[in-house]
Amino acid sequence: MKYAYFPGCSLSSTGIEYDLSTRETARVLGIDLWEIPEWNCCGASSGHLTDHLLSLALPARNMAIAEEAGLDVAIPCAACYARSKNTELAVCNSAEMRQEIEEVIERKYEGKAKARALLDIIANDIQAEVIKEKVHKELKGIKAACYYGCLLVRPLAVGFDDPEDPQSMDNLVKSLGGETVDWAYKTECCGASCPTTVPETGKKMLERIFESAKNAGANCLVTACPMCLNNLDMRQGQVEKTYSKKYDMPVFYFTELTGLAFGVEPTKLGLNKHFVDAMGLVNEVLKADGRRETA
Amino acid sequence: MSVNEVQQNKEVEQNWEPKILVFACTWCTYAGADLTGLSRLQYPPNIRILKVPCSGRVNPQFVIKAFQKGVDGVLVAGCHPGDCHYTSGNYFTRRRFLLMRRLMEYIGMEPQRFQNRWISAAEAPKFQQVITEMTEEIRTLGPNRKLRDDQW
Amino acid sequence: MKRVGVFICHCGTNIGGVVDCPKVAEIAKDYPGVVYSVDNKYMCSEPGQELIKKAIKEQNLDRVVVASCSPRMHEPTFRRCVENAGMNAYFMEMANIREHCSWVHASEKDKATEKACDLVKMAVAKAIMNKPLQKATIPVTDRALVIGGGIAGIQAALDLANAGHVVDIVEKEPSIGGKMAQIDKTFPTLDCSACILTPKMVDASSHPNINLITYSEVEKVEGFVGNFDVTIRKKARSVDMSVCTGCGVCMSKCPSKVDSEFEMLLSKRKAIYTPFPQAIPNKPVIDRDNCTYFKTGKCGICQKVCTLGAIDYTQEDEFVVTRYGAIVISTGFEQFDHSVYGEYGYGKYPDVITGMHFERLINASGPTMGKIKRPSDGKVPKNVVFIKCVGSRDVAKGKSYCSKTCCMYTAKHATLVTEKIEDSNVYIFYMDVRTGGKGYEEFYNRTREKYDAQYIRGRVSKVFKQGDKLIVRGEDTLLSQAVEIEADMVVLATAMVPQADASKLAQKIGIGYDKDHFFTEAHPKLAPVETHTQGVYLAGACQGPKDIPESVAQASAAAAKACGLLSKSEMLTEPIISVVNESICVGCGLCVPICPYKAIDLKTISERDHGKTIERLVADVNGGLCQGCGACTVACRSGALDLKHFTDQQILAEVNALCL
Repeated sequence: MKYAYFPGCSLSSTGIEYDLSTRETARVLGIDLWEIPEWNCCGASSGHLTDHLLSLALPARNMAIAEEAGLDVAIPCAACYARSKNTELAVCNSAEMRQEIEEVIERKYEGKAKARALLDIIANDIQAEVIKEKVHKELKGIKAACYYGCLLVRPLAVGFDDPEDPQSMDNLVKSLGGETVDWAYKTECCGASCPTTVPETGKKMLERIFESAKNAGANCLVTACPMCLNNLDMRQGQVEKTYSKKYDMPVFYFTELTGLAFGVEPTKLGLNKHFVDAMGLVNEVLKADGRRETA
Repeated sequence: MSVNEVQQNKEVEQNWEPKILVFACTWCTYAGADLTGLSRLQYPPNIRILKVPCSGRVNPQFVIKAFQKGVDGVLVAGCHPGDCHYTSGNYFTRRRFLLMRRLMEYIGMEPQRFQNRWISAAEAPKFQQVITEMTEEIRTLGPNRKLRDDQW
Repeated sequence: MKRVGVFICHCGTNIGGVVDCPKVAEIAKDYPGVVYSVDNKYMCSEPGQELIKKAIKEQNLDRVVVASCSPRMHEPTFRRCVENAGMNAYFMEMANIREHCSWVHASEKDKATEKACDLVKMAVAKAIMNKPLQKATIPVTDRALVIGGGIAGIQAALDLANAGHVVDIVEKEPSIGGKMAQIDKTFPTLDCSACILTPKMVDASSHPNINLITYSEVEKVEGFVGNFDVTIRKKARSVDMSVCTGCGVCMSKCPSKVDSEFEMLLSKRKAIYTPFPQAIPNKPVIDRDNCTYFKTGKCGICQKVCTLGAIDYTQEDEFVVTRYGAIVISTGFEQFDHSVYGEYGYGKYPDVITGMHFERLINASGPTMGKIKRPSDGKVPKNVVFIKCVGSRDVAKGKSYCSKTCCMYTAKHATLVTEKIEDSNVYIFYMDVRTGGKGYEEFYNRTREKYDAQYIRGRVSKVFKQGDKLIVRGEDTLLSQAVEIEADMVVLATAMVPQADASKLAQKIGIGYDKDHFFTEAHPKLAPVETHTQGVYLAGACQGPKDIPESVAQASAAAAKACGLLSKSEMLTEPIISVVNESICVGCGLCVPICPYKAIDLKTISERDHGKTIERLVADVNGGLCQGCGACTVACRSGALDLKHFTDQQILAEVNALCL
């Protein structure tokens, strides 16, 4: 299994642990990730608000390089995935648009290289049995509220799961030996773009997510989006202060949990880099009697 | 061919008017042509309407025969797809029409001489427009000689 | 040589003002076969027709060409005219020189005259080729089949039976009654559904002209109008209907419990069961998929307790073939499978239910004895949210059409909640409120004003659980703000869709259906209960969403149409049909799938060939089914098929005439 790998800007800065854990998880699962040479920013959030063509051309260049190599593209970041998938669909649906894009990027992109969300690959392409076989340490004690966010499974044409009640990540966490909760905010927006412009609205949006997860009995959140994680992790303290509440809810990338279950050293996954302490819960999992007998 | 005959032919050529045969289905196009009359919408007097129950009744053989006999253009017109009185007749027409066009191209005849239109019983203006346009088109193409039996 | 008479009509100045009619009549005299040609002011008038009749006799004509208005106008007139003069009606041919000539070329008189001549010439050429055709008669079997025993089917059957015709009702469930039997009250009068339906069910079952064939399905339909041979599969009931008295002991003793479909899975029934207490016939069937005896071979309690020995485990499906003159289809509807709407949490939260569930919850004979209790914990809900247009009017995930009944039944539900539960609040999310119908708008207004239902214009984006409440989040588009309502129960007004196997039934019978699988009527305005297949009629929601009054009205209309057909012992058929020249047919069968009416079959004929008797296949056109479109004639590669009155020869004669 070989994919062109598009980490995107977040994964080389604020979301470095997503990159680390992705590479570790892929290594264990035998997924060969070929990082797209000289990849560029996909232009998420700012690109498509500025210029439609620009927003399609930016990801198109990365996709074109992958297409030359004959590979589909594995994309961890939800925003990068949404932008790249949109480009792929635009190129496939309109020869005119394709020509326009190809002129701008000065490369050929016929839409043969497909944009794939990393979650989709790991949770849906790889069989649950295979995942279970690789599990070294079951995630005993993890009660995850799987948070898909607003970009990963919507709209219908872009997403790969039920846009209202997605299950991919839930199934994955269950395969890893963890529990998941049924909760209502798994696809609500976390308001990642609000904190600087309308901070009160942003905090309210976060509070509802934490509140719902907590009420459902979760002890952590799991996500597939560096923007969401950043927002949920970094601003949890602010929300707690504003609303006089206490959540103490670590936020994980699904790859961190996968890596952890596969027996990868927590620091190698970047689990020590979180704002809300994650190591406490991680150590509980490691201490618990979750060792699976290897056949 | 005597000089006299050549002279005659030239005259024929000069006074030439396109002759167009229209196969019209009873339920839609024939009724549409009736409505065109009722609405007194005028069109060139170059067409002759031949009534058939359904455009699907039109055998390509009829079309070829018409061209052989010296008709300059043939129009097969029926109900809109999905509106066929007999549910599916016009779908057959549509497929036969595509093949017919290709045959025409293959034998080196202007494919515009054979046309296929969907005209409902309510579309009098469309009937008028189609006939007017087609007559003009055939007029620019000139008389049909390719398939014509050698009558002179 | 044929003797053709040509009659040119002036139609006052309509034709005569443009076309030089006397000149056309003069020129027509020279056309091959023409022995008589004349023009007249008004051919359709009494003197005009007399002129034709006289000419036929005096000139010994055997073909007549009338050049006048469109045949769509006066073809019947002139056919009758020549018939009166002793000529076959199909020997008369018309040239349309009014609609297709004088009216459209008013300013080009010479060219119009020239065109009129051509049109007459074509008509003459065709007329010479015309063959005498006779309308055939086919016998009509005086027996009707009604498929589907819901309110529409029952009504159609009663009307037909009261008119003196024998009717069979085929119903796939063990009892007739359909959806209306499940409904509690009917809008806008709020009278009890069962109270008005059950008498009709009894009438149907006791009517001497009506036979109920329940727990049965239509397997195959052959034949044509007046003579449909229908194969009906009578599913094995495992109960001998002739012996069973419906005492019900077997049902009370049966140990296997199954979710009751009639109660929308809200309560249990037994494996040997009648769907509901007032079922007709009130004799049980064994649901073999859930019966312990059929699953394990052990049990047999019902057989032991039945003192009459009515239980018969060895029964098998039975096939019966019956001939019917007419068929009324009234298969009704199903609820849209709204599991595509994950956001409403149906299936996940037991307190999110559909309108039909609600009908059972408020029904006095339902699982809660008419007390509204929510399914999860049996508590009485205080806040009830209704969501309308679930599946209707949604091109993305549902159906494009409006289901028509939901606005009214939601208003009815709202009223009933308020009446039955003290201090309850009702919220209704809607897109539009559509209440076209007698007394409907008034009912809706009462729901808002007297019963205080809160109508919120907007869609719901999510239903989720918080504690034991369901949070309904949506938008109030009139206030442009998001709303969240804490509900105890959510009721979805799901779309009406045709039965899942509607398209299969349509194919069996040979009628059309639309993209949503509703059966298509012959004409949306002027033939709303007929289908394109003669003798097959539609009633009720199988043709499109309908409420009870509309279904009943359409059922009576369908019955009236069927009566019209059945009241005669034989009917005339149009002679313009396809014919097979068996001597050149190669039996390739290409024409069979092309025929939209399933009128062509292959048959085996035996003939003498080189001194031996051989058997071979040839096409065979069923004159009762053929509608004369001619599609098959073009598909026939050996040219064995031809369409009467529009034969290859006739059409080519017209083409030739035009080009001479």
